[in-house]
Amino acid sequence: MKPFTVMPLEEANDLRHPSGSTRFLAGGTNLVDLMKHQIETPDTLIDLSGWKSANTICEDEDQFLIGAMVSNTALAKFAYQHPSLSLLAQALLSGATVQLRNRATTAGNLLQRTRCYQFYDTTKPCNKREPGSGCSAIGSFNRIHAILGTSPHCIASHPSDMATAMTALDASVNTITPDGQTRSIPVRQLYKLPGDTPHLETWLQENELIVNVSIPKHSAGTQVYKKVRDRSSYAFALVSVACDMQLKDGIITDVRLAFGSVGPHPWHAQSTESFLKGKTATAALFEEAAEIALSPAQGFGGNDYKIPMLKRTLIHVLQQVADHQSAQPGHQGAIYAR
Amino acid sequence: MPDITINGRAYALPEDPRTTLLDFLHQELAMFGAKKGCDHGQCGACTVLVNDERMNACLLLAFQLAGKTVTTIEGIASEDALHPLQQAFIDKDAFQCGYCTSGQICSGVALQQELADNQPSTLWFDEHYTRLEDVKERLSGNLCRCGAYPHIVEAVTTVTEAE
Ligand SMILES: Cc1cc2nc3c(=O)[nH]c(=O)nc-3n(C[C@H](O)[C@H](O)[C@H](O)COP(=O)(O)OP(=O)(O)OC[C@H]3O[C@@H](n4cnc5c(N)ncnc54)[C@H](O)[C@@H]3O)c2cc1C
Ligand code: FES
Ligand code: FES
Repeated sequence: MKPFTVMPLEEANDLRHPSGSTRFLAGGTNLVDLMKHQIETPDTLIDLSGWKSANTICEDEDQFLIGAMVSNTALAKFAYQHPSLSLLAQALLSGATVQLRNRATTAGNLLQRTRCYQFYDTTKPCNKREPGSGCSAIGSFNRIHAILGTSPHCIASHPSDMATAMTALDASVNTITPDGQTRSIPVRQLYKLPGDTPHLETWLQENELIVNVSIPKHSAGTQVYKKVRDRSSYAFALVSVACDMQLKDGIITDVRLAFGSVGPHPWHAQSTESFLKGKTATAALFEEAAEIALSPAQGFGGNDYKIPMLKRTLIHVLQQVADHQSAQPGHQGAIYAR
Repeated sequence: MPDITINGRAYALPEDPRTTLLDFLHQELAMFGAKKGCDHGQCGACTVLVNDERMNACLLLAFQLAGKTVTTIEGIASEDALHPLQQAFIDKDAFQCGYCTSGQICSGVALQQELADNQPSTLWFDEHYTRLEDVKERLSGNLCRCGAYPHIVEAVTTVTEAE
């Protein structure tokens, strides 16, 4: 690790003039790892560990408000107790391991970086790590890479399960900008597409602090987070589908859909949602929806399999949820929960 | 420098903020119970308890743990008796080379509390839930290169069922 100085958040009252490069340190499960690889080499770490007020979850009539430093374990437990947040509980609990979830935080999880092998290998060119150096994932080993939203400059995928659920649930991050303004950004609009600047991953300003995440309380239906991976635990998703759907008399009245590990950011399947809404739930409809969802998809050799895999996973999830809604009209939450 | 409490004793935190808890234990305190496997959060060999929650010591910068309490494998037993899970590891022959064992035991000890606290797991959403599969899932953050898993799971479930 390159040497750095530490500044507790409480002392960092002016984030506008940071010395050199600055990073917030939350749980460190991603940042410390990247610093060991010297992919991240900040001069200053702003230590969030003493930030007590960011450790709470509150709710009012309209929303759940989750502090930036709430651990993935604590959030999973909270979400598990709320059927309308089941998607979030399912996604969180499918990610990493207990050891990591005990440490990982809400804001840190949203801002975790890609697991692209070439990004992690400092001997390889990577536009995300070193702008302008090229993308060595295109034309080489790329089985975990993105099939949606890529550019000729970067095909890395975003690995977060939690962020995929947050995208489906239309959460927003509430932040403080370095000059002290507060603002709210929907998670669906938080991330940038790579274009020719893949090193710029979000619309956050430098040193903009996520304070909490709000999830609107909307009427929920049956929720499923389906994660497909190489082994059944302790692995990132190859593809994942987050779905919250409601049916009334066989008609899809509301549906929220997001895909994980297939795009540069958690993928909000907006056009597929619009296509499904108001139609009668049938197997043929779901086949068609999957074609629409994946029509812009492009494989790069090693990850070609993700296109049919995501189609099938999506069809399976939609059918499973529709069947459950038909059997139990008005159902909210997970299909199976203890 | 503020303190950190490890196995009941207070220590001054390391001066270099780059020091991970795992390196602090090894290099400054000569406590080698927590093992370094991958050093990147991928194997669980370094598992310790921080304020009774299990975490990977290799990804924790020690300075962040000011005022916290850490328990390593060296602090799991009481003065005169092994922890029931340590005894179960012996009885069930739950290790081969033993490299992953300290992390496995720390995880197993935390797991008992997580079950008692009704901490949900991903298996709770599974149609085919069984308690055994749930325990395996909860232990999945600890890899064993020798593949001693069947006996490790047996040792942990023996203690879990006895609770
Ligand atoms: C072996 C392994 C397996 C994993 N498996 C999975 C998995 O299956 N699914 C999954 O989703 N994730 C997985 N993860 C990733 C893990 O979930 C993330 O590392 C974790 O959520 C990051 O949270 P953190 O608090 O530790 O973030 P940190 O590492 O502290 O920070 C990450 C980034 O967020 C920034 N940041 C943190 N807090 C704030 C804030 N309040 N405001 C602004 N910026 C902030 C930091 O500056 C940094 O850039 C895995 C990780 C490991 C090591
Ligand atoms: S050494 Fe810490 S997880 Fe492998
Ligand atoms: S006993 Fe050898 S690694 Fe587990």
